Amino acid sequence: MQQFTVFMDIESSRSYIDELYSSDAVKVMEALVTLKNSVIGSNRQKSSVISQGVVPRLLQLMSEESLDPNIRLEATITIGSLAKGTPENIESLIEKGTATALVEMLKTVPLGSKLAEAALCALRSIFSHKPAPVDALPADMRLLTRLTQIAREDSQEARTSVIRVLAVWCSGTVEQEALTCAGACSAAAAMLVVPPRSVPSPSRLVPALELLAAMCFKNPNVAQVALNTRHGDKSIPELLMCLVSRDKPLVVALKAAKCLTFLQRAGALPADDSRIVFGALPCLARLCTKENTEDIRASAAEVLAYLTEVDTSLQRLAAISNHLMSSLADIVNCQSAAAKQGAFKCFASLGANDEDIRKMIIETHGLMVHVVNGLNNPDPCVSLAAVRCLHSLSRSVQQLRTTFQDHAVWKPLMQLLNDSPGPELLNVGSSTLCNLLLEFSPAKEPMLDQGAVEMLCNLTKMSDPALRLNGIWALMNMAFQAEQKVKQRILCCLGTEQMFRLLGDSDTRVIMKMLGLLRNLLSTRQHIDAIMSEYSSQVMQAVIVVLEGSYPAEVKEQALCILGNIGDGEKSKDLIMANEDVLRKLVDYLAHPESKLQEAALFVAGNLVWRGEAGAAARQQRLADLGVLRALKLLRASHHAAHLHDKVKTALAQFNEFT
Amino acid sequence: MKLRKSEMAAIGSGRGTMDSQNQVQSDTVDRLKLLYPNVNEEETPLPRAWSTKDKFSYIGLSQNNLRVHYKGHGKTHRDAASVRATHPIPAACGLYYFEVRIVSKGRDGYMGIGLSAHGVNMNRLPGVGRFPPGWDKHSYGYHGDDGHSFCSSGTGQPYGPTFTTGDVIGCGVNLVDNTCFYTKNGHHLGIAFRGLPPNLYPTVGLQTPGEVVDTNFGQQPFVFDIEDMLKELRARTRVAIDEFPLPDEQGQWQQVLHRMVSTYLVHHGYCSTAQAFSRATGQPIDEDIASIKNRQRVSKLVLAGRVGEAVETTRRLWPGLLERDPDLLFLLKCRQFVEMVNGTDCEASEDGANGVATSVISHTGRPHKRSNGVAADAAEEGGGRDVDMAPAANGDHEDEALPLVKGMPGVTASVAALLPDRFEADASSQRASVERMLAFGRELYAMSQKLSQDLYHKSMLEDAFSLLAYSNPWDSPVGWQLEPVRREAVCDALNSAILESQGMQWSSPVEACVSHARSLLRRMSRAALGACAFADLSALLAR
Repeated sequence: MQQFTVFMDIESSRSYIDELYSSDAVKVMEALVTLKNSVIGSNRQKSSVISQGVVPRLLQLMSEESLDPNIRLEATITIGSLAKGTPENIESLIEKGTATALVEMLKTVPLGSKLAEAALCALRSIFSHKPAPVDALPADMRLLTRLTQIAREDSQEARTSVIRVLAVWCSGTVEQEALTCAGACSAAAAMLVVPPRSVPSPSRLVPALELLAAMCFKNPNVAQVALNTRHGDKSIPELLMCLVSRDKPLVVALKAAKCLTFLQRAGALPADDSRIVFGALPCLARLCTKENTEDIRASAAEVLAYLTEVDTSLQRLAAISNHLMSSLADIVNCQSAAAKQGAFKCFASLGANDEDIRKMIIETHGLMVHVVNGLNNPDPCVSLAAVRCLHSLSRSVQQLRTTFQDHAVWKPLMQLLNDSPGPELLNVGSSTLCNLLLEFSPAKEPMLDQGAVEMLCNLTKMSDPALRLNGIWALMNMAFQAEQKVKQRILCCLGTEQMFRLLGDSDTRVIMKMLGLLRNLLSTRQHIDAIMSEYSSQVMQAVIVVLEGSYPAEVKEQALCILGNIGDGEKSKDLIMANEDVLRKLVDYLAHPESKLQEAALFVAGNLVWRGEAGAAARQQRLADLGVLRALKLLRASHHAAHLHDKVKTALAQFNEFT
Repeated sequence: MKLRKSEMAAIGSGRGTMDSQNQVQSDTVDRLKLLYPNVNEEETPLPRAWSTKDKFSYIGLSQNNLRVHYKGHGKTHRDAASVRATHPIPAACGLYYFEVRIVSKGRDGYMGIGLSAHGVNMNRLPGVGRFPPGWDKHSYGYHGDDGHSFCSSGTGQPYGPTFTTGDVIGCGVNLVDNTCFYTKNGHHLGIAFRGLPPNLYPTVGLQTPGEVVDTNFGQQPFVFDIEDMLKELRARTRVAIDEFPLPDEQGQWQQVLHRMVSTYLVHHGYCSTAQAFSRATGQPIDEDIASIKNRQRVSKLVLAGRVGEAVETTRRLWPGLLERDPDLLFLLKCRQFVEMVNGTDCEASEDGANGVATSVISHTGRPHKRSNGVAADAAEEGGGRDVDMAPAANGDHEDEALPLVKGMPGVTASVAALLPDRFEADASSQRASVERMLAFGRELYAMSQKLSQDLYHKSMLEDAFSLLAYSNPWDSPVGWQLEPVRREAVCDALNSAILESQGMQWSSPVEACVSHARSLLRRMSRAALGACAFADLSALLAR
């Protein structure tokens, strides 16, 4: 039945569709008007007309400069009407090059004309489709200057349309800079003025605010220009300040606060600027409260998360503003993913630095349950935001011991990380894991059972240095004061090959953590001997690689510390004593100008010469022969090493037969 | 909707107050009046200081009773002491706010800021109740040592941050929602209490030695931007009014509006406009057209300053009306006297009839646009010139409707100065005019003696006679009487009396509606409904 109707439509419209192709201007005009009237307000009719292949002809009629301006106008209006149809309609319009044709037209049509307005209106409709055909609009300065001129001077309708198009188009640094050069900041500023006693109109203000936000986002240069752009007697921040006030429509206040936030984060405004602390921040906190609609609250939380992401004073201020904590806890309860995501992100930002705020967050009624639920949320954005929140909270030692344990947060976290997570989730998740695996964390044991070691070892093989760091760091934390079987498992799983690969890592922090892992593995006497009995050659080789290589002092220090640990082992001592190469290095390091290396070397020597252990005398003899004793005496005489004198004395005291 | 100018004037003053809030105020301006323009302080005074009587003995006051310090030993919580402001918060504030600066936190900083009802025990911090809870109802506080909020109980709820020396704590009461919020150093901390009872007093409490706080009840600018919240509440109230569901369907509402417009036009005698409106909307006109035109004629005469003629016409058309209402007659005669000074009226009606009015006192203040007499003729036609009936907004317009004026431009003279023969040509007629006026004055005085001697009549007469004391009455302290706008009240009184004598409403439904709304706002204020502060009647009507 439906098909039949469409068929009938096509048949009945055939006649005037044919006339469109006529060479008689009058007939074309009549056909255009009929076509236009038939498609207005009817998506079915729009689809039908597009399926009949009329679009190319319309574009032709629209673009042909030699044609009657009225024909061009009617054709443009018709295209604009079609662009208000279904997403499929817009897609097929884009496919046929409509966006490009409109942009081409805008290069030449006279400003202020109805034709320009209709073209902009159509372009706006097309750009409101996702994804917008941004490529149709090149970053061509002549064109952009023309468009910003329209945005400043043309009719209200044209200005709003062009600003909306530019706001969608502005998605990267190139676009941001180009628009700024073309004067888009002052065009936006002109739109932000609300005449006294008039009701602010969101349809006019919102596109301008969106454009401004898109231009300033993470772009210090543009933000600086925006900061200094004035309209009348007010700068852009001052205009924005007027718009965040309580009597403005919520969506306007939200977008204005967002612009202020982006200006601040891009470095144009300091964190303690009054327009941030008395403008954007309280406005966003207010928009998060229960009285507002879910989408406003969700967006406000998201912007607030960005505003408070790094600055501790803003985090503290937000934490006491307008019951933000309970507002956010309530947003977490909202149904939409956007709301949950916004609230979790905001919690993550607020708890990033301050232990008191973390405590406030944790104490917010029922929050931890929601975080755990958030981790299990099927929407990856929500689970990622929940992990961010957890990561922030996991910086608190107290939380690790209590709340996290009570809620077994490691379970869903491990599950997420084992379930082919995206790179971002993997990064934040493994950072969180790192914190959870700290020695005092009670979550450690159950996480091991869940295959944490295997997962972390895999992380160390990732190409992203941040992930490798998280992996090795977590392993290091895990090995700290662990049982021997855990250590064995780590060594076995990581493998010596990977160990050496990590020692050669391009990221020094990875090398440091790798050596730290070795230190943690080689602690307590039994463990040292047990591990060394199996891995002695590899470990010694690793130490020598580092001591001989061109590593920074703090890396070498770690290697010496490992040596010191080995020297504490009962049998392992002999491994060092048997290696003259290592012993000579020890003498060198005792005289090293870097104090911390001297200290580390002293620690090794001290362990080796310790009296009362089997073979101590022989070791002392050997070390004295190699010059260790002399090095120690020199160290005692040196006043550069005054802080080491106690340790030097202790070591020398062991040598009493020689002194 | 068009309003009579007298109405606008009254409303306009309210608007003026609102505007000036945004301007920089000089020291002499009472900031509190600007913050709370709808509060009638004769009925409900604003809290302006701490009470020297309504406090516990451990509280000391200084600096105009705005600084509070603790003077007890402060050993236990039983040594806590509070003080209330001199008056409770009037509901007509709509949004009330005060700030307390912590000058010193003293030994322990056990300070509470909040609200309490009359009679609540002052031997404790605000919000702290006796055990069992509920005995000391209606006490609310925010405490500095733990940041908790207390609502008539011994245990607080976690509310906000702690506060100490140097902090400024604000306490706001929203009398529309009956909620209370606090601010710290200008930052809104969120709502602390809901469901507040009316008539709470600002209250502070201290508990340990050395605690000192200063208070700003609004005499100084606040740290917190209260204006922003006021704007929000105004906007909200406006929306609530705009979106209030109408009891009937759209059509009937339209009818009511048409009826109001129509009756307004008829009431004020805009005859032709009323007829045209009636034709367009199908509204019946309840009054005879001739009757409307008569009223229009009389009104026009009064508004043109030709009061003598108006009185004569009234006597002719509505015999006995003025005789029955001596107060009205006195009002008219008084105005007539003023108009004689103005030069727009003279006793002899034949002067008026031939369109010539003579001022006995010339003036330089207002140049007369000389009309050619056509205007005077047209004025007689009445109905055809409804536009002229609109209250004159400026002198020019009003002058246009005047008949020829034989003025003496450029010359200023007192009554006495007129008597010598300075202007020989007019000397005799001048002298006659002055004598007529003096005679009229004597007659007026005699008339006033017969009336009940109230202050109103007496001062009216005194003001009118005072005009004669100045060489240039237009420039004198009593010169306001000569303003054409002053004719409107007289015109209204006469019009109302005529209508009443014809058995019709003495005021139009529009005016009744406006004054009804105004009186409702007063009632709301008395009934502790804070929204009355934000129902801006003039702004609503001005749309």
